[in-house]
Amino acid sequence: MSEHELRVSKIRDGTVIDHVEAGQALNVLAILGIDGSEGFGVSVGMNVPSDRLGRKDIVKVEDRELSQSEVDVLSLIAPEATINIVRDFEVVEKNRVTRPDGVTGVLSCPNRNCITNADEPIETRFDVVADGVRCDYCATILRADIAEHIDV
Amino acid sequence: MRQDHLITATQLSRDDIEAVLDRARAVADDPAAYADRHAGRVLALCFFEPSTRTRMSFDSAAKRLGMNTIDMGDVDSSSVSKGESLSDTVRVIEGYADALVLRHPSEGAATLAGERVDVPVVNAGDGAGQHPSQTLLDLHTIREDHGLDDLTIGIMGDLKYGRTVHSLAAALTEFDANQHFISPESLRLPRSVRFDLHETGAQIREHEELEPVLDELDVLYVTRIQKERFPDENEYHRVAGEYRIDAETLDSAADDLTVMHPLPRVDEIAPDVDETDHARYFEQAHNGIPVRMALLDTLLENASPDGDEGTEVDR
Repeated sequence: MSEHELRVSKIRDGTVIDHVEAGQALNVLAILGIDGSEGFGVSVGMNVPSDRLGRKDIVKVEDRELSQSEVDVLSLIAPEATINIVRDFEVVEKNRVTRPDGVTGVLSCPNRNCITNADEPIETRFDVVADGVRCDYCATILRADIAEHIDV
Repeated sequence: MRQDHLITATQLSRDDIEAVLDRARAVADDPAAYADRHAGRVLALCFFEPSTRTRMSFDSAAKRLGMNTIDMGDVDSSSVSKGESLSDTVRVIEGYADALVLRHPSEGAATLAGERVDVPVVNAGDGAGQHPSQTLLDLHTIREDHGLDDLTIGIMGDLKYGRTVHSLAAALTEFDANQHFISPESLRLPRSVRFDLHETGAQIREHEELEPVLDELDVLYVTRIQKERFPDENEYHRVAGEYRIDAETLDSAADDLTVMHPLPRVDEIAPDVDETDHARYFEQAHNGIPVRMALLDTLLENASPDGDEGTEVDR
């Protein structure tokens, strides 16, 4: 484990989300639905020096692994992130996130007039495009503000 | 065109468009040959917001193919007012009809309907989204005057909320067309439409005034600047006045400039333009009949298990 990662405490079991773009740590917690009331041990490092990114954030969550849909959404706001699975203080798995072709049921459409915001039995569906995501129903494109529309 | 539904103009290839327009020309040339083509079939007209022209145009087109039409009537007196979802409404109507024409105030409504039913769905306007059957009749009108390649078109007015504009701009990317978009800054094309245009490498330019590009145009497509979009009525009147054309405006235009409008117009085209050789908007509206006949014919043919259950027509 690098010196930078040691700025926040080591965990016994859980997930370390590293190489998160600086300033996105709280959005990562939002994606994971973590607000502190769940009882997980959570450590957050913000604006930590990084060789690759210059500055980065790190999120460590004890006793919690991520679902694929969480990883998919995470990749949209932190495309450089690595996800380390930790067991008994050792990193047993290390994965880079990959941008999916689309995400279903995890973002709400910002267009208030989109049919997905009407009272319909419907899951949102977004295609991942060059620098954002696009609603499959109304074609609205979301870029920098993706994190504000996370539903998970 | 081997597709079940017509939801957005972006789904149409050049071949799809030309096939429908060729069929529309055949229908216009010999409407009697199509009179009983779909006798016994039923078209459902599902209009969740007011419409006169589009509804009557589809109604007329269907009847000229020998179809019957059913109409869900005024939204206020339908099950929608009882809170029924669009998903349920179209599922029920699917059992009553062989095809469904949908107009709805929400963007994406036609996509949702298309996912819920197996009969062909035609998007007749979804909020500020798309209106692809209008685009087919627009293209038919343009093709008859100028062809669809080597075309320079100006599209002027409310480009932000104008669904006919969004569909037309997308369809024109299938052809060799230079597109000039003329609007106030506040009513520019939405980001999603510009994204699609840039993705296709389309030749587009945006302007706030018509005058600098007018003499280059083969077609000027005018849309209504909608008063209800402006929080300040004074601002509406200031802007709308700058996007009004009259016969004098067109003095510097090419002699064969075609002026189009999806209608209804308010005052963005002065009545004296009607008397010029440029005016084509009433003919454009009338083209809705053969084009929508051709479109319904194509979709119903695609929907048939054996590819074509209609009366044989010698084409």
